[in-house]
Amino acid sequence: MIPFDYHRATDVEDAVRTATSRPDATYLAGGTNLVDHLRLGITSPSLLVDVSRLPFDDIDPLPDGGVRVGAGVRNSDLAAHPTIRRDYPMLAAALLAGASWQLRNLATTGGNLLQRTRCAYFQNPATPCNKREPGSGCSALAGWQRHHAILGASEHCVAVHPSDMAVPLAALDATVRLTGAHGDRGVPLTAFHRLPGDEPRRDTVLEHGELITAVDLPRLPPTTRSAYRKVRDRASYAFALVSVAAALTVTDGVVRDVRIALGGVAHKPWRATRAEETLRGADARPASFRAAAEAELAEAEPLPGSAFKTTMAREALVSVLTGLAEEGAR
Amino acid sequence: MTGTPPPAPAESGRPRERLDGPAKVAGRAPYAYEQPVEDPLFLFPVRSTIARGRVRWVDTEEAEAVPGVVAVLTHLNAPRLASRDDLELWVLQDDEVRHHGQFVGAVIAGTPEVARHAASLVKVEYQREWHDVVLRADHPERYRPDHVNPSFDTDTSHGDVDGALADAAATVDQTYRTPVQHHVPMEPHTTVVRWPGAADLGAVAMYDSNQGVSPIRKVLAPLLDLDPEQLWIHSPHVGGAFGSKASPKAHHVLTALAARLVPGRPVKCALTRQQMFGNAGHRTPTIQRVRLGADRRGRLTAIAHDVVEHTARFKEFAEQTAVATRTMYAAEHRRTTHRLVPLDVPAPVIMRAPGEAPGMFALESAMDELAVALGMDPVELRIRNEPDADPESGLPFSTRHLARCLREGATRFGWADRPPAGQGRRDGDWLVGVGMAASTYPLFPQQGSRARIRALPDGRRQVEIAASDLGTGTWTALTQIAADALAVPAEAVDLVIGDSALPATVGAGGSSGLSIWGTTVVAAARAFRDRHGDDPPAGAEVVGELPENTAVGRYALHAFGAQFAEVRVDAVTGEIRVPRMVGVFDVGRVINPRTARSQLMGGMTMGLSMALHEESVVDPRFGHVVNGDYAGYHIPTNADVGDIDVSWLDEPDPLYNPMGSKGIGEIGIVGTAAAVANAVWHATGVRVRDVPITPDRLLGRHR
Ligand SMILES: Cc1cc2nc3c(=O)[nH]c(=O)nc-3n(C[C@H](O)[C@H](O)[C@H](O)COP(=O)(O)OP(=O)(O)OC[C@H]3O[C@@H](n4cnc5c(N)ncnc54)[C@H](O)[C@@H]3O)c2cc1C
Ligand code: SF4
Repeated sequence: MIPFDYHRATDVEDAVRTATSRPDATYLAGGTNLVDHLRLGITSPSLLVDVSRLPFDDIDPLPDGGVRVGAGVRNSDLAAHPTIRRDYPMLAAALLAGASWQLRNLATTGGNLLQRTRCAYFQNPATPCNKREPGSGCSALAGWQRHHAILGASEHCVAVHPSDMAVPLAALDATVRLTGAHGDRGVPLTAFHRLPGDEPRRDTVLEHGELITAVDLPRLPPTTRSAYRKVRDRASYAFALVSVAAALTVTDGVVRDVRIALGGVAHKPWRATRAEETLRGADARPASFRAAAEAELAEAEPLPGSAFKTTMAREALVSVLTGLAEEGAR
Repeated sequence: MTGTPPPAPAESGRPRERLDGPAKVAGRAPYAYEQPVEDPLFLFPVRSTIARGRVRWVDTEEAEAVPGVVAVLTHLNAPRLASRDDLELWVLQDDEVRHHGQFVGAVIAGTPEVARHAASLVKVEYQREWHDVVLRADHPERYRPDHVNPSFDTDTSHGDVDGALADAAATVDQTYRTPVQHHVPMEPHTTVVRWPGAADLGAVAMYDSNQGVSPIRKVLAPLLDLDPEQLWIHSPHVGGAFGSKASPKAHHVLTALAARLVPGRPVKCALTRQQMFGNAGHRTPTIQRVRLGADRRGRLTAIAHDVVEHTARFKEFAEQTAVATRTMYAAEHRRTTHRLVPLDVPAPVIMRAPGEAPGMFALESAMDELAVALGMDPVELRIRNEPDADPESGLPFSTRHLARCLREGATRFGWADRPPAGQGRRDGDWLVGVGMAASTYPLFPQQGSRARIRALPDGRRQVEIAASDLGTGTWTALTQIAADALAVPAEAVDLVIGDSALPATVGAGGSSGLSIWGTTVVAAARAFRDRHGDDPPAGAEVVGELPENTAVGRYALHAFGAQFAEVRVDAVTGEIRVPRMVGVFDVGRVINPRTARSQLMGGMTMGLSMALHEESVVDPRFGHVVNGDYAGYHIPTNADVGDIDVSWLDEPDPLYNPMGSKGIGEIGIVGTAAAVANAVWHATGVRVRDVPITPDRLLGRHR
């Protein structure tokens, strides 16, 4: 481990000021991702600004009926919160499908959004990786591809974003609240994570020193039903091969509103806008759901090793939507 | 104590709780890395980033300049070793790189963090050579080894297999594959070595995590140019091993070399999880062609099992993959072969039922396919092919109750109620199927084992033997054996194991540890009681020796079992769940039902793991394991393990050892992977012939 300085932030302003003061400073929250990376030699910041004790760990109602989730709220606390369980069941389900109890007790909302890809070549400093070392090449392109992207990838990087929590947040049109040296801003979650393009080093649009302070969840109509489905290689403690977050509002057998995001398929939580467009106003029937899933995945460009994900994502999406429609009809 | 000891309640067969349990739960049982040593230094290895070639130069300047670094070892300054016999242990002795991740240096420093950081600053320039890490059945370098592990014939052949296959009413001819697998014990490979300082005359001290202090010392002492007494190895508690800690590994040598440079200071080394995928052994991948021929009534006429697997180019290890096939079923025409392909990989080694686990996956999958071809109950097919004597050696079995295991297993599982072959049940989105397989594991005879028994002043008996407890229950079960043999209560026995100063014995391996140690202790106890009676004076002492096993060469010695599994496959996603398994075993007399159940249940869990999870993905370009950590290399979580119903027949084996027991450590694994794969077929109609069976393999392919 390379020697580094450590500063425990006293408030948001102190955190931002300290982090901005050094070009390679990094925030430390639960540490479940960052500390691994320090050990493995994937990153070596000279300054850690610990934000894990900042008082942004509340879950508060917003005036418009939504909810503000502090960046420091632990994954397990968020999953257990009565409002989240009642109004955003797919978010609670996604959180509980991630990692393990121990990790969720440490992991924070902000850290979860910013966790880095689990691409095995990214995590091994001995193998070339454009994300870790720009210009060194992408080892996954001709390597082990089972966990890689089928949508929105580039010739420079085919990694996927591993978060479960971010998938329902993308479907919910959540907003990420940021504070930086130049003030506060809000970024829609769907615009927060980037596609790799020719700059795979950058996972998000976050500027250096910008701190996530909260995530805002808009209100969902009470008739909306939502679910999260995670497909994985073992029953627990495994990252998603693909996952689906979907919220469906049906009246008189017709889809009034639908929000869908896919996980495990792209460099960011993938908002399935094409599928949503296809479905709005359509009959809430399996055939419509299948057509929507096919519309979304028509653009999929998998590698040979990740080709199964196209089928898996399609089938999982159809199944989730069908389940929600049946539930609503009951 | 005066008078004769009170008549002991028969200890064998009592479900005694682990004697070492309370200390372990409370964190008071020291594992190797936790042994209290004074003023330690820490070692972190530098590993090669190429799979084959030479180290051209090493620049250690930057690493040496890090405050806290004591020394940087490379092949240029490392102390010399005394023997080049085993190139896996020929550490830092030359510039050759034989596999990816090989140790090419090491840093010793005052803290583990400094050692790790400085190791990352050691610059190594290589002269790369072409490498090959990919096993192919038709590999041009493929050869026939002289024998397979540990000393079985490489090939066997009886009758005319091709002729019999041509005449058979039903045949199977399929190729099965298993991938590279790693042992991944919870406790990493750790060792702490202190070379005596100038002023002290003591031995080299090694606190180590291993499967047997005696066999480890036997190899390491001469390699380090020490007399056996000059190397003291202490290993009382081990957190899992599965074969990977049976023999010395490069980190032992590396740490000893480092310790030699800093006499008087203990040097601590713990491999990281990632390093354990390159420096701690693995199981070879296998490519197995199995051919079966049977008559219309399901009697096997021909069995052929041809195996291709890999070995390291620099060290031969030939897994005995087809050996179990020589024992399982009667058939007049039969053959087994093993071929090796030398590759630029780390040295493969024994792992969790070496031979039996991958080999029986193939044979028992093929038997299921044959049952389907014949339209026969797979349980009945196996019973119909029970041999009267060992099919190849002709020796009578000491005991063989496989048919009873199959029948009792079928009853416990509810096999008779299953849906017809090829028509699993559907339960909502779940496709439900059942499968079964048989299992066997040999009872290895071993040699060279001694134990000492001494009467203590308080009337208790101290029983000393350099045995090991890998977390398996030796502390408890061996105490029970000693109590019975000495006719004292278990509370009156002080067992001492895990130390090379004790009478030497065999390591834990081949499921034979408790048999061999128990036989030795029984022999010592008999000698003790003959000499000193049951009211011995304090200090009375006897050293007993393992007697020759008179059953060897006269009987075929094997354990048997039958495994049944229910599998549910998600028709949408291909995800697989195994809600219940049943295993019934013919393992002789069970010494401790509590620890035995854990062993068999753990074994079946490992078989489940082989069926659904374990695979080390090797990248042919670099030669390393890509998914080399616990997040990438899957083993089952609690949520993956359903109900496991384990039982055994109450059938002591009168011939293998005086306890009447057989080995139980590994047989649970054998057969389970095939039972699961066969159930997947029943549920889905998809026959997967290469494990692991992951969701993508079934996705959209089921009927
Ligand atoms: C074995 C294992 C299994 C896992 N399985 C899953 C899984 O199945 N699903 C899943 O979704 N996740 C999984 N995870 C990942 C886990 O969810 C993340 O590690 C965790 O959410 C990160 O949160 P943290 O607070 O610990 O972040 P940290 O490790 O502290 O930080 C992560 C990154 O976020 C930055 N950061 C943290 N907080 C802020 C902030 N407020 N503002 C700006 N930057 C910030 C840090 O600088 C750092 O770059 C797994 C992790 C492990 C180790
Ligand atoms: S996919 Fe992205 S993260 Fe993985 S090796 Fe390629 S560039 Fe690196």
